Amino acid sequence: MSARKLLAIAGCAVALGAGASAQTVLINGAGATFPYPIYSKWFSEYNKVHPTVQINYQSIGSGGGIRQVTNQTVFFGATDGPMTNDQLIAAPGKILHFPTVLGAVVPVYNIPGVTAELKFTGPVLVDIFMGKLTKWNDPEIARLNPGVSLPVADITVVHRSDGSGTTYIWVDYLSKVSDAWKAKVGVATAVNWPSGVGGKGNEGVAGLVQQTPGAIGYVELIYALQNKINYGSVQNLAGEFVRASVPSVTAAAAAAAGKMPADFRVSITNADGKGVYPISSFTWLLLYESPKDKAQSKTMVDFVKWALTDGQKFCAELGYAPLPEPVVKLELAALAKIKIS
Amino acid sequence: MAGGAGRTRRSGDLGFRLGTGAFAVVLVLIVCAIGFELTRQSMLSIEKFGLNFWRTQVWDPVAGQFGALPFIWGTLYSSILALALATPIALGIAVFISELCPNLLRQPLVFLTELLAAIPSIVYGLWGIFVLVPFVRSVESAMPQALRSLPIFSGPPLGVGMLAAGLILAVMVIPFTSSVAREVLKSVPGAQREGAYALGATRFEAIRAALFYARTGIIGAVMLGFGRALGETMAVTMVIGNNPRISASLFAPQYTMAAVLANEFTEADTELYLNALIEIGLVLFIITLIVNSLSRLLIWSMARSSSTAAVAAPAEPPTVEEAA
Repeated sequence: MSARKLLAIAGCAVALGAGASAQTVLINGAGATFPYPIYSKWFSEYNKVHPTVQINYQSIGSGGGIRQVTNQTVFFGATDGPMTNDQLIAAPGKILHFPTVLGAVVPVYNIPGVTAELKFTGPVLVDIFMGKLTKWNDPEIARLNPGVSLPVADITVVHRSDGSGTTYIWVDYLSKVSDAWKAKVGVATAVNWPSGVGGKGNEGVAGLVQQTPGAIGYVELIYALQNKINYGSVQNLAGEFVRASVPSVTAAAAAAAGKMPADFRVSITNADGKGVYPISSFTWLLLYESPKDKAQSKTMVDFVKWALTDGQKFCAELGYAPLPEPVVKLELAALAKIKIS
Repeated sequence: MAGGAGRTRRSGDLGFRLGTGAFAVVLVLIVCAIGFELTRQSMLSIEKFGLNFWRTQVWDPVAGQFGALPFIWGTLYSSILALALATPIALGIAVFISELCPNLLRQPLVFLTELLAAIPSIVYGLWGIFVLVPFVRSVESAMPQALRSLPIFSGPPLGVGMLAAGLILAVMVIPFTSSVAREVLKSVPGAQREGAYALGATRFEAIRAALFYARTGIIGAVMLGFGRALGETMAVTMVIGNNPRISASLFAPQYTMAAVLANEFTEADTELYLNALIEIGLVLFIITLIVNSLSRLLIWSMARSSSTAAVAAPAEPPTVEEAA
């Protein structure tokens, strides 16, 4: 009897649920952790304007996002590194990439007695992370930083221990400036590091760097800004030493806009141009070109349109760099290809 | 005349036996299912690397080359180190609380050790990064140069590494081992101690006799701690340095199986990579199984030898012989 009562209650609940979902559109997504703050801001802001749209996003990591969108357990995915050709072939339908915002990765360091902002070049960063440069007073580093008295301290390399889009951007840059890095280590969200210790998450790397005299690591620009961590500048292809900032990261995307491939799968690290910060990257949404559920599809396309235009104004306050105008134009054209009916 | 009542009681007994038996079978099935599922989902890696997975040292997700030896080494090293540090302290706590402690102090002490067990491991990890690691670094830096040339203390003083991992694991293991050891000591019959005193044993000797009597249970307590150390993830990940290179040095950053799973599972983007990570889970499962079986064997053999000893000399516990 009590079991029957329970069943009745469950039945009511199901009926109520069905009634509610007839009005609201619920969309599930999963993927990268890096854009999670801006995505959740967008979802809540969009929900204020369109109360019937509810978007759920699980920040489980780029790899998980790619897996789940491939298995169609979520409607959309999100990733910090574009899907490979093999991964695209493995998916049951055509998947499109849409850059949403930009981020950057910055070198952070802790050298006893040095408060000045250090300058780095790509090759010097490669040599440090390869374990070839082992002392801070190495002439390679001193040459770039005249006037800074560098101590005879050992360099301790700190890298991410967890698989991460941040690592992907960092090693993508290192392999663009060094063939040796490309051949020996390569590019991925987790690599076989030639030297150093691993910290978990941005906070793990930042914590280890701040505690260990002589340490150097890398964290996301947003993380460094929010926690007021000092970071170095990096030389770009034009020869300028550029400090990462919202404008210098957007400049990297603008420089790449002219050569943007149709599928938007492009790495903009080491981009050519004036004022460009070289360790910058897009982060992408992953959408099927022809999803099964057209109602969800229409809602999602409307949302992405909003995010690429009106939504961009929320970037700066959260430390992300907004997309440059030409890239938004290209994306809006590509968005029209998604089947919504 | 009581046949009817007896039969219902007997059928009730049967039902109870079948019911509890079913639970026990479910437990066995769950263990088998875990083993099966781990094997099935790591097939790609098992087929590609075979036994080399257990004996090679390169972990390179980019090249698709996976060897688990550094993780196996790091897991066993950190767990044994933790066990070596924690066991004497945990047993000391257990003996003090159950045998020597004034009544007034007993409950607060029990409460405090159990509180240690309730702290989430992420909290241990953060404490590890911000308090323990700087402390370990200062100890490492202060180590005299003569000792630093020993392989066990070689390498730069980073703070993060095997020593920090072993220390944090020891702190986490102590409440488990000491709680179980305390309960075991409590269950030693009073006659044992009284008998020892009657034979003229000192307090220390009486406690030694009680410990000897309870030794299988105490080994069980130690093995429980070991199992906990093998599987501990978050706190270790935060302080061990996550470097998959085998080293005998306590100062070297190393890696454990649980830590690499926590670190790399979310971003594993190729099938082989994911399969290799799941195989790490399988290896951890097998090693835990082996460790538990070994401890069972040890307990059985001790129980057998003590029962034969009891037959040979039923009245005299061996440890108080010299006192008597």
